Amino acid sequence: MNILEAAIQGVLLGGLYGLFAAGLSLIFGVMRIVNLGYGAFAVLSAYLALALTRSTSMSPLLALLIIVPVMAAFGFVLQRWVLQRTLDPSPLPSILVTFGLAVIVENALLLTQSADQERLTLGRIDTQAIQLGEIRIGVYPLAVFVLALVLLGVLSLVIQKTGFGRSVRAISDDPGTVELMGIKPKRIYAWSGAIAFGLVAVAGVASGIQSSFNPSSGSLLLIFAFEAVIIGGIGSLWGTLVGAMVLGVAQTVGAAFAPSQQLLIGHIVFLLFLLFLPRGLTGKATRA
Amino acid sequence: MTVDTPSAPITRVRRWTPVSLIGTPATVAVAVGLVGLPYLIGLATIYSMIDLFIFILLASMWNLLAGYGGMVSVGQQAYIGVGAYALVVLADQVGVNVFLAIPVAAVICALLAFGISFLAFRLIGGYFAIGTWVISEVLRLVAIQAPQLGAGSGLSLFAMSPFSRDLRVAIGFWLALACAALAVLTCVLLVRSRFGLGLMAVRDDSTAAATSGVDVQRAKRFVFVIAGAGSGIAGALIAVSSLNVQPDSVFSVQWSAFMIFMVVVGGVGTIEGPILGAILFWFMREALADYGPLYLIVLGIIGVAFALFLREGIWGLLSRRGRLSLFPTGYSVTRLR
Repeated sequence: MNILEAAIQGVLLGGLYGLFAAGLSLIFGVMRIVNLGYGAFAVLSAYLALALTRSTSMSPLLALLIIVPVMAAFGFVLQRWVLQRTLDPSPLPSILVTFGLAVIVENALLLTQSADQERLTLGRIDTQAIQLGEIRIGVYPLAVFVLALVLLGVLSLVIQKTGFGRSVRAISDDPGTVELMGIKPKRIYAWSGAIAFGLVAVAGVASGIQSSFNPSSGSLLLIFAFEAVIIGGIGSLWGTLVGAMVLGVAQTVGAAFAPSQQLLIGHIVFLLFLLFLPRGLTGKATRA
Repeated sequence: MTVDTPSAPITRVRRWTPVSLIGTPATVAVAVGLVGLPYLIGLATIYSMIDLFIFILLASMWNLLAGYGGMVSVGQQAYIGVGAYALVVLADQVGVNVFLAIPVAAVICALLAFGISFLAFRLIGGYFAIGTWVISEVLRLVAIQAPQLGAGSGLSLFAMSPFSRDLRVAIGFWLALACAALAVLTCVLLVRSRFGLGLMAVRDDSTAAATSGVDVQRAKRFVFVIAGAGSGIAGALIAVSSLNVQPDSVFSVQWSAFMIFMVVVGGVGTIEGPILGAILFWFMREALADYGPLYLIVLGIIGVAFALFLREGIWGLLSRRGRLSLFPTGYSVTRLR
C-alpha cells in the first residue's frame, strides 16, 4: 500500500515536472534550441513571489498574477532581442548565452538573497490531505497536477486550433518555407519565448510552495525538465507530461525503497530510457 | 623584358608562415623557460600557476570538443572528478606510484568517456549538453555515497607526503606544465592530421562530411575520448596539487562554466584562443575571486557578451580572423606572380 501511495505521489509530482518541461519542449520544438537558463529563471520567479508575499503579505497565488505577465514579457524581450541573435545552425551560441544567463541569475540571487533554503506557503493547504482508505493524497500536489493538466490542455488547444498555433507547427516543420509564406518567424519565436517563460513562472512558484528552494536549485529543475522531455520523446507535449510522470514515479517509488536515493534512481531511470528507448515513449523521430 | 615560364607554379602552398616560424619556437621557448621558474619566484605564485596550466589543459580539451568536434558539453567535470578520485585511489589504496597513476587515471577516464559516448551521442545540441551534465551528476551522487571514497567529505592524498612542501609544489608545477604542453601539442598534431581535417568538416556540416567519406560518429567519439582523458589528467593534477578530493568541488558544474568562458573569450576553434582565454581567466581569478558571486556575475556577463557580439573571441580579433597562426596547423597560399 505504501508503494501505491508513493506511485500516486509520483504521478502528481510528474504534473509539476510537466509544467517545467512543457516550456523547454515548446522552445525546442519551435526554435531547436535548449534554454539552459530555464531552471535559474524558475527559481528567480520563486524569489519574486517570496519578495511580494513578504512585502505585501499577499498569497503566492495572487503574486502569480503579477509574476507571470512580468516573466512572460521578459521572455518575449529576451527571445526577440537577445536569443534571436543566437539562432544558428550551430547549437553553440544559444547554449553559451543561456548557460551564461543561468550563471548570472544564480549568482545575482546568491548576492542579493541568502544561500539558505526558502519556502513559499499557502497556509493550511500546504499540509492538508485527502484520506482514501489507507492512502493519503496531498491537496496541494493534487491541485498542481490539475493545474498542469489544464495549462497543458490550453497550450495544446492553442497549438492545434489557433492561427498562432498553425504558425508554430509550420515553423517546427520547416522554418524556411514558412518565411516564404509571409509569416515572420521572429514574432512567433518571441511569443513562444513569452509562453515558455510564463509557464516557467507558474512552475517556479508552484515548486517553491511544494518544496524548499535556494539560489542554486535551478540546475536540478532544468535537469528534471530535460529528463521528462527525453523520456517522453522530443516533439510531443503530452509525451512530455507522461515522461514527467514516469520521472516523478521513479523518484517517489525509488525513495520508498531506498530513502535519500531518490535523485540517483530518477537519473538512472532516465539513462535506461536513453539507452533502450532513445526516442522516448512517444517515439517521434528527432531531427538533427 | 620578362618572359613567362609556364612551368613555374603561380602560387606556393606552405605549412609554415613567417608568423608560425617565429611563434612556434617562441612558444616552445616560453614553455621550456617556465621549467626554471620554481627556482626563481615565490612558492605562492608557483602554486597558483599550477592552476593556470590546469586551465590551459581544460580549455584546450573543451575547445577540441566544441571548436573542432561541434559537441558542447557541460559535463566535463565528470572526468575531472573521476580523474581526481582515480589518482588518490590508485596512489594510496592500490599502491601505484603517484606519477604513474596520472597516465593510468587518464586511461580510466578515456575508457569511461568511450562508454559514456554511447549514451550521450543519442542526444543532439543543447540536449547533448544537459545529458553530459546528468551523467556527471550521477557520478557525483555515486561518489558521495561510497564509503570507500570517503562519502561526502572525500579523500586526502598521502602519496605526496614523502616530499618537502617546496619540492611538492614544484613537482605539481612541472607536472601541470608538462601536461598543458602535451595537451596543446596533441591539439596541434590532431588538427594538422588528416583526421583533424575530417573533424572540422564534421563540425561545419556533418552531412556533407559523411557524404565525403568521413566516419562522423567515429571522429566525434575519438575527440570525446581524448577530451575525457585530458580532463581526467586535469582532475589528477588537481588532486596532486591540493592533496585532497572533495566530491562537490571536483564534480562541480562550475568547471564547465570556466572552460566555456576561457574558450569563448579566447576564441573557439583555434589552438591559440583557449591558451589566451585561460591566461585571461587566471588573471581575472587572481584579481577578483575574493568577490564571490559578483566575480561569477562578471564572468557570466563577459561570456554572454562574447557569445553574442564577438564570436571569434580575442584571438580571432588579434589574428585578423584566422589569418595569423602561431602554430603550423593550416596551409598558407601565397601568390608568386
